[in-house]
Amino acid sequence: MAEYTTHEHDVLVIGAGGAGLRAAIEASAAGVDVAVVCKSLLGKAHTVMAEGGMAAALGNVDDRDSWKVHFADTMRGGQYLSSWRMAELHAKEAPDRVRELEAWGAVFDRTKDGRILQRNFGGHRYPRLAHVGDRTGLELIRTLQDHGIHQGMKVYMEYTTVRLLTDGGRICGAFGYDREKGRFHVWKAKSVVLATGGIGRAYKITSNSWEYTGDGQSLAYHAGAELMDMEFVQFHPTGMVWPPSVRGILVTEGVRGEGGVLRNSEGRRFMFDDIPDNYRSSTATDPEEGWRYVTGDKNANRPPELLTRDHVARCIRREVKAGRGSPHGGVFLDIAWIKEKIQHAPEHIKKKLPSMYHQFKALADIDITTEPMEVGPTTHYVMGGVRVDPDSQMSTTVPGLFAAGEVAAGLHGANRLGGNSLSDLLVFGKRAGEFAAKFAKDNGAVGIHDEQVQEVAKWAIAPFERDPKNNPYAVQYELQDLMQDKVGIVRMEDEMNEALGELRKLRERAALSGASSNREYNPGWHTALDLDNLMVVSQAITMSAIDRKESRGGHFRDDFPDKMPAFAKHNAVLKKGADGEMELRRVETIALRDDLVQIVEDNK
Amino acid sequence: MTAKTVTLRVWRGDKNGGEFKTYETPVDEGMVVLDVVHQVQATQAPDLAVRWNCKAGKCGSCSAEVNGMPRLMCMTRLSDLPEGEPITVEPMMAFPVIKDLVTDVSWNFRVKERIKPFKPRKPDAPDGTWRMDQRDVDRVQEFRKCIECFLCQNVCHVLRDHAKHDEFIGPRYYVYAAALEMHPLDTEDRVPALKEDFGIGYCNITKCCTKVCPESITITDNAIIPLKERVVDRFYDPLRRLFRVFSG
Repeated sequence: MAEYTTHEHDVLVIGAGGAGLRAAIEASAAGVDVAVVCKSLLGKAHTVMAEGGMAAALGNVDDRDSWKVHFADTMRGGQYLSSWRMAELHAKEAPDRVRELEAWGAVFDRTKDGRILQRNFGGHRYPRLAHVGDRTGLELIRTLQDHGIHQGMKVYMEYTTVRLLTDGGRICGAFGYDREKGRFHVWKAKSVVLATGGIGRAYKITSNSWEYTGDGQSLAYHAGAELMDMEFVQFHPTGMVWPPSVRGILVTEGVRGEGGVLRNSEGRRFMFDDIPDNYRSSTATDPEEGWRYVTGDKNANRPPELLTRDHVARCIRREVKAGRGSPHGGVFLDIAWIKEKIQHAPEHIKKKLPSMYHQFKALADIDITTEPMEVGPTTHYVMGGVRVDPDSQMSTTVPGLFAAGEVAAGLHGANRLGGNSLSDLLVFGKRAGEFAAKFAKDNGAVGIHDEQVQEVAKWAIAPFERDPKNNPYAVQYELQDLMQDKVGIVRMEDEMNEALGELRKLRERAALSGASSNREYNPGWHTALDLDNLMVVSQAITMSAIDRKESRGGHFRDDFPDKMPAFAKHNAVLKKGADGEMELRRVETIALRDDLVQIVEDNK
Repeated sequence: MTAKTVTLRVWRGDKNGGEFKTYETPVDEGMVVLDVVHQVQATQAPDLAVRWNCKAGKCGSCSAEVNGMPRLMCMTRLSDLPEGEPITVEPMMAFPVIKDLVTDVSWNFRVKERIKPFKPRKPDAPDGTWRMDQRDVDRVQEFRKCIECFLCQNVCHVLRDHAKHDEFIGPRYYVYAAALEMHPLDTEDRVPALKEDFGIGYCNITKCCTKVCPESITITDNAIIPLKERVVDRFYDPLRRLFRVFSG
């Protein structure tokens, strides 16, 4: 019998990025006992890497902005597959969530009249992103962390959750281990908020940190929750491509928001060559107009570099494929050129984009104030995730289980707009915390079933009983290569079917992978356990991508390169079947409320 | 092209002791020390313990001592180290080791809880918002760049050599306190605590912390010295002392 320590709380939050901390703060404020479990040290979660800003229609820079325009932008960006209710709540509540951060000590960049400054970003009609240089994520997580530690929540740092526990179909807690000693723990809780982020580590080239192994999606799936929209993976158009060891590290969209332009090897601004019809009326007709837009001319339209991420990523790929790429297989992103337009350009660039300057200087010997960067697409974000009720963020099938932030599906549909993630974390983190606390108050005690715990403990310890020559790192790398090659930015039916077969084989190897030494801070063992999560999300992405025989948003099929009306009104929903196999079904989207239809029309 | 290799000497052990172990591994262009550690972990030492998250210098997890210098492993390129010589990597010295390169930095998190949190003045506008000039927030924004890598804590001799962890909060938390004290909206007073509980007097401004900061925060000049001045103004200014005598 495995030993474990039991901790009892009302609400358990898994993950301590923006969504998790915001949920924990809200639940604490509701007067319940809250625990946060996180894999890393507090304040190190992936949120820290967000750069450009958080989108909220504050209207500080352009007073024509409103929640309605933000809503319409989000729906259009998501190709109308978003949950309109989530998009509505998000657009309406984001401004309050940003202002609240200021009350908790965040220090945003300022407008001339002393208010929160907002910057331009892809797919947003008006300057909308509250920001702090290009380190907005750090500001957000530090503000929530420094506020949160005084709200009475208990934080379990460097603890990993490996299974959710259920009591008669309702959530009753979670099982995990502490990284330091490798001891087992059970958190007994009346409700659980998943805030575990994304899946980027399923791919070879990614901007995501090590933590992004799809834990929450997988935990929810095994507990009986539905996953939705998993085919929609966002490949951010601008990741570093050189040198190899930094490939995939994010280059913020803020570079383009500040006037950076994309050029191919012929020096051509190729983004002007392909402007989608539904964005034509809001896109600049020439470089001069684009420059006027980024410098605040309200009568100018945005440059095509600020089209949505899915589109920009595919244009870059097209240039590279046509032989017009940069030396290392990307294209050129140039911010240095603005010295033709403004005085003291190098100082301006360093002030507006300090971490980009530092990142390229330190890692690639490139001075972005004098020379262009080489950039290419990198796996960045998953639009899909746990299917939830739009108002409460509770799982559609597992009572007491909530999900917020990247791990949840709904807000972003087929493609997320830049800046909508940080605001998503805050808006739905708060909601998840609020409703998880309410659920804990409204529902009675739960019981932990020891046999459930023993079963998962046995599974968790098993790698030590297997041959450590079966290297979990090797399986992880092969999985990343497979997903990158066959279920990546451009997809084909036959390749994805092959990928499904290879995933099956990798899953068998994952189940055989072993760990050496003992349980104390043992990354080999941790990796062996993480593999199951990566396998679940990889299969979910692949199955959903095979089913969607069209191209839309982040999902691009070479064999079906166009948008198809037949696929415009449903989401792919996955669930673990009675036989333990993953099952997919198509679920009709809910028709937009009449007043929202009007808002979409008014903002076309 | 012949495949180049690098020799990694990494400290392996736990609180009961340990030793340097040597690994040889291939080198790729542009590699950083963290890449080397990961490669060794993936191919030769799967249980090699190391903290990391973003591998982009933004999270401050992978602090260690590389060839004796406190660095972020993810931002230390092999090309910046002497070619052909082994790379020595060991855990931060100012904190108890957990295993290999991982140290127990929990003291830092406990320190932060002791510092009074942000307390804003009443909003400036009827809609509940504030007005701040960019030039007034510039210096606070410098402090808020801190990624909490704790390298400054690691090199501070008050902690590293004299282990004054109970009386002294270290450069990181002077920067944190300065960010709060100099925040245009903050109304809290932390000056007495800086003197009495947080031991700011122990700092003799050798600027070791400033030198190792990966975010180039001018810790000593911009944070610690101004805080010391506030303490001096409050408690050692003769006129104020006189005033206190009369006002009781």
